[in-house]
Amino acid sequence: MSTVLYDTPGPRAKRRNVLFSVVFTVVLALLLWWMWQKMDDKNQLESALWKPFVESEAWTTYLLPGLANTLKAAALAMVIALPLGAVFGIARLSDHRWVRAVSGTVVEFFRAIPVLLLMLFANEFYARSTNVGSADRPLYAVVTGLVLYNAAVLAEVVRAGILSLPKGQTEAAYAIGLRKGQTMSSILLPQAVTAMLPAIVSQLVVIVKDTALGGVMIGFAELLNSRGTLAANYANVVPSFIVVAIIFIVLNFLLTSFASWLEQRLRRSKRSTGAVLGVDKVDDLNAAEVGGTYGTGAGGSI
Amino acid sequence: MFDFLDGYDVLGAFWLTVKLTAVSAVGSLVWGTLLAAMRVSPVPLMRGFGTVYVNIVRNIPLTVIILFSSLGLADIFGMTMGSNDFDVQGFRLAVLSLVAYTAAFVCEAIRSGINTVPMGQAEAARAIGLSFTQTLRLVILPQAFRSVIGPLANVLIALTKNTTVAAAIGVAEAASLMKTMIENEAQTLLIGAVFAFGFVVLTLPTGLILGWLGKRLAVKR
Repeated sequence: MSTVLYDTPGPRAKRRNVLFSVVFTVVLALLLWWMWQKMDDKNQLESALWKPFVESEAWTTYLLPGLANTLKAAALAMVIALPLGAVFGIARLSDHRWVRAVSGTVVEFFRAIPVLLLMLFANEFYARSTNVGSADRPLYAVVTGLVLYNAAVLAEVVRAGILSLPKGQTEAAYAIGLRKGQTMSSILLPQAVTAMLPAIVSQLVVIVKDTALGGVMIGFAELLNSRGTLAANYANVVPSFIVVAIIFIVLNFLLTSFASWLEQRLRRSKRSTGAVLGVDKVDDLNAAEVGGTYGTGAGGSI
Repeated sequence: MFDFLDGYDVLGAFWLTVKLTAVSAVGSLVWGTLLAAMRVSPVPLMRGFGTVYVNIVRNIPLTVIILFSSLGLADIFGMTMGSNDFDVQGFRLAVLSLVAYTAAFVCEAIRSGINTVPMGQAEAARAIGLSFTQTLRLVILPQAFRSVIGPLANVLIALTKNTTVAAAIGVAEAASLMKTMIENEAQTLLIGAVFAFGFVVLTLPTGLILGWLGKRLAVKR
């Protein structure tokens, strides 16, 4: 195969590639062997430490309830943040300068501060100023933190989605006599939502990852937190970390694959305008000046 | 009104955040560039390694990585990172985790930059007899870097915000101090505002300056 950077290898290049492959394999194998040895030295490979994971108890008591909480917080955050983000995204495109300014400030502010700060703050705020029970408080705080941050990020996604539509759509809508609100609600938004779907699904990965913050810092009983309880019970720190990491990887990999499958499918479908928004396109928008407002580039894709 | 700040080293905590960010940024830029080079290299095995690394690391929460570096690497494997001082060790473990995590995103940014360099450039480089390494080092990467300053700025800003996760292993940076202060003092709102303002000050100029620089330096085609 040939790409931009190198030709289809000839005999010499082939030999060199084989040499590199061998050297790389040896280095990688040494590294893996060293890691294996190290784990063996510290008795992390003993079957007793791994056994809980093939029995149902570790799953039903610790991991699955934790995973359920992770998914619950992520789903709640998504469902609340999306309409909020849509409102702010549309407001940033408003014709009125003060609406643009206010929503722009709000969006840039919440994108600029770390989710962890928002969660810590929300947790303390709920403890002092509301009567949310202490059992529910971590969930509330995690969801609040996630919603504030991700609504801001999704606002940018919505804005990018609407801006990615051909200008002719708006012009045609005005030409047949639709008002501004009607143009937005019946012409632009439905198409933008289709275009945004892949970016929204990708954002879910970020949300799922961020729930883990709540587990460590404010005691929300999500997957990473239940790993701690599990490890305390079976004394299997390293194995439990590996298993939890694998669960996260599989879950997020499924979401990522779904997002790119959706992107491909939407690009092919004849009914859309052809505007489809992956995460990278939203990032481009963040870095560039669009529609008279300035994106600070406080990127939300990680 | 700001009496609650007495007795707390807010600036010191933010200085630690800045140090964490700076050291991790340099580290992840180096490791990320290496990963990107692997991902486009002619050796299939290196490409495979790069792809697997990026896809695995991107999908693990940073919190899991940082916590593992403390509970797994340090406690179980006895990795001291060249220091027995708890604070120094925590800082270095946090840097290690942040580099491992952020490099995956740096790699993807640089790879997308490599894709913006026109095919003809590489073909011309090869035609005058440059090898893969020379093509990458002299022709492709300099142009790729200039076109990805914007995305890299996004990664840097995300990194700045991600340093707060180091609070999970007891590194006394801004988020950690905020947690302490917010629990001990009555002015929840004000403390929250002070720390939020700190992060806005850190991230907003970075985005604006690097965004401007990116537009200025981008290779116009």
